[in-house]
Amino acid sequence: MLSRVADSLYWMSRYLERAENTVRQLDVTMSLLLDSSETTAETRWQRLLTSLGNPAGVEWNGDMDAMTRMLIFDGANSASVTTCLDAARENARQVREEISTEQWQRLNRLYHQMHSPHAQAQYGSNLNDFLASIIDGIHLFKGVSDTTMIHGEGWQFIRLGRYLERAYATATLLEVYQESLLDLQEQAHSGYQYLELVGLLRCCTSFEAYCQVYTADLSADRILEFLLLNRDFPHALRYSIDGVRQAIEAIQLNGGRRPPDELMATAGRLHSMLRYTTISEILNGDLGAFLHSIREQCQQIHELLYRYYVQYSIQSALSVQG
Amino acid sequence: MRTPDGGIRPHYQALVEVLASLPHDELMRRKQSADLSFLTQGITFTVYGQDEGTERIFPYDLLPRLISGNEWERIERGLTQRITALNHFLRDIYGEAKILADKVIPRDIVYSCKHYRRQMCGLQVPRNVYIAVVGSDLLRLRTGEFVVLEDNLRVPSGVSYMLTNRRVMKRTFPKLFHSYGVRPIEHYPQLLLNTLRSLAPEGRPEPNIVLLTPGVYNSAYFEHTYLARQMGIELVEGRDLVTHDNIVYMRTTDGLKRVDVIYRRVDDDFSDPLIFRADSGLGCAGLFNAYRAGNVTVTNAFGTGLADDKAMYAYVPDIIKYYLDEDPILNNVKTYLLTDPASRQHVLQNLDKLVVKAVGESGGYGMLIGPQSTAAQREEFARAIEANPRNYIAQPTLDFSRAPCLFGSQLEPRHVDLRPYILFGDKVNIVPGGLTRVALEKGSLVVNSSQGGGSKDTWILE
Repeated sequence: MLSRVADSLYWMSRYLERAENTVRQLDVTMSLLLDSSETTAETRWQRLLTSLGNPAGVEWNGDMDAMTRMLIFDGANSASVTTCLDAARENARQVREEISTEQWQRLNRLYHQMHSPHAQAQYGSNLNDFLASIIDGIHLFKGVSDTTMIHGEGWQFIRLGRYLERAYATATLLEVYQESLLDLQEQAHSGYQYLELVGLLRCCTSFEAYCQVYTADLSADRILEFLLLNRDFPHALRYSIDGVRQAIEAIQLNGGRRPPDELMATAGRLHSMLRYTTISEILNGDLGAFLHSIREQCQQIHELLYRYYVQYSIQSALSVQG
Repeated sequence: MRTPDGGIRPHYQALVEVLASLPHDELMRRKQSADLSFLTQGITFTVYGQDEGTERIFPYDLLPRLISGNEWERIERGLTQRITALNHFLRDIYGEAKILADKVIPRDIVYSCKHYRRQMCGLQVPRNVYIAVVGSDLLRLRTGEFVVLEDNLRVPSGVSYMLTNRRVMKRTFPKLFHSYGVRPIEHYPQLLLNTLRSLAPEGRPEPNIVLLTPGVYNSAYFEHTYLARQMGIELVEGRDLVTHDNIVYMRTTDGLKRVDVIYRRVDDDFSDPLIFRADSGLGCAGLFNAYRAGNVTVTNAFGTGLADDKAMYAYVPDIIKYYLDEDPILNNVKTYLLTDPASRQHVLQNLDKLVVKAVGESGGYGMLIGPQSTAAQREEFARAIEANPRNYIAQPTLDFSRAPCLFGSQLEPRHVDLRPYILFGDKVNIVPGGLTRVALEKGSLVVNSSQGGGSKDTWILE
């Protein structure tokens, strides 16, 4: 597969995952704002912005509607849903011959939906429905990708982008929440705090899954354990990183070149760390540093991926070929 | 659709009956469903020189254009003859140039052509094929005769619209389509692939074939992706290619992979910054040398634009006569060369009746349509012609055929032309059909998509 194509598929997938994450977090924030609580609107918006990577030029100014519109429709804001969906479609457009017609049509529909005049009207009349329809569109795209595309190298790059973006976003989210979570451990929690915890879980679409594993008994350490270390839940970090590792292995098996040792080692190391650590070890240590290190390792995987598959030097490639 | 005396041409009879029997709502419903299909498929093209949102759906007319088997047979023979002669011509010009020594065409007109490439001189091209893919534009005159308006020997586009029009059409009018006995065109991508494969360098039995595109901002990008996908070959951009020791490679996730045949949709000027335009970021440095060394086939060959220069066009009948010793089966449109003082005088005095075209342009750019022009535009062209007469030709405004088109609920006639696609490899292959382009403005004679024209499906009947 062309390096440029792999690059585009990878970013198409990352951008879609990012759009979904933004929509979900926005949805959760909006719904939490409806309840009276000890947490101020300002704190919530700050938290949201931090977990979206503090997009440049976006600041909380007390105007909720303006803020929401900016995060959904503002093409100048790099974290907005529109920006992410446009970028995903642009990447897809550059590699149209590599994805299935169904994938392209699904994504194209989502793009036209965002840009149609109806989008503004729907936003105004029912924000929840509007956000849900975007997420539906993204879910449909993922479903169509999995059922209409050859599960070859291109698909693996899509998978790689999805899980790496998700792992990075979850680690960032937990980093933002960690202080309030650790505080919570000390005290019995109230109805207000319950809502906060549900909010965190819903940010990762994991409330129902959590309840299946731990019952509706919410506690900070269990939530952390679930989101960090669960083996079977697709939004948990361990699962996501396992997805990254598997995709890298599959891509490597597909090629005839010398295996990308450093890349495999980095992904494997991160996966082992999540696999063989217990939640009490993490909590007894420095949770912040742990989460920060996960993010750094994700970034490192991204860079190695580029160095090995996308931006390698011609000399190195020719010398391998002999 | 109609004969000059206003009657309905026989092969259009069934279409007219079906249209008359369809309720208006039903027709509208089919039109909407066809439009939606184009939108979701993202069948778009780019209009240059306009603001954002330049990506547009290709305007599409729901009614097919019908061409009888007899008409087609003559077109097919005519095009085969023409393309064969033009290929001989390119080979001769870049070789011994006998046609110039024999003074059949003037030396000046060749060497002053901006698409002439001296780098091609003496270079052996694979199987002596310079032009593997050609799109020639035909007009049907009032008399029923098809004439050639121009040949596109560089990077002709539109074949994907021909193919997608057909697909939409089959869905929109299945019964009508079936009852008419339309000859199929869907195997075009396979024929193209076979043509490209037949041109691979010696000793490359399993050639690696790619389609080179300028990228996503090119007006024909949709077509490039479409063809690459239909052929199952890699769609590459210049930045995907590297050369080393006169071999072209593409950058893949599995390292560098050798490229044998390039179906090139990038103009000469932009294909190799070392030989042509140094400021081009679209091409691949070293491509031409690899081509010269015979390690890669690039098609169409460089310098083929020489033969679609609009001044050279005037000599095509002579070219056919010279190389094949035959009379042209398809005639040219009368063309005035403005380098000739008498013709120039005549043209300058009759600018309001003629069409003037810049010789090296395509896509309907650089054109004056006399009867529809303003005095200021004519003035501007007159000055430009006097400053550089070699750069322009003039032709009479033709009364060419119109076909019925659907506008709202109305059927209205619009001018149409026809661009069949000719493949030249081991042998000449022309799928029965082509792109019928439609001038969407009432009375307009301009059908180019870049000038707001549309298209319709073309049915060649058994």
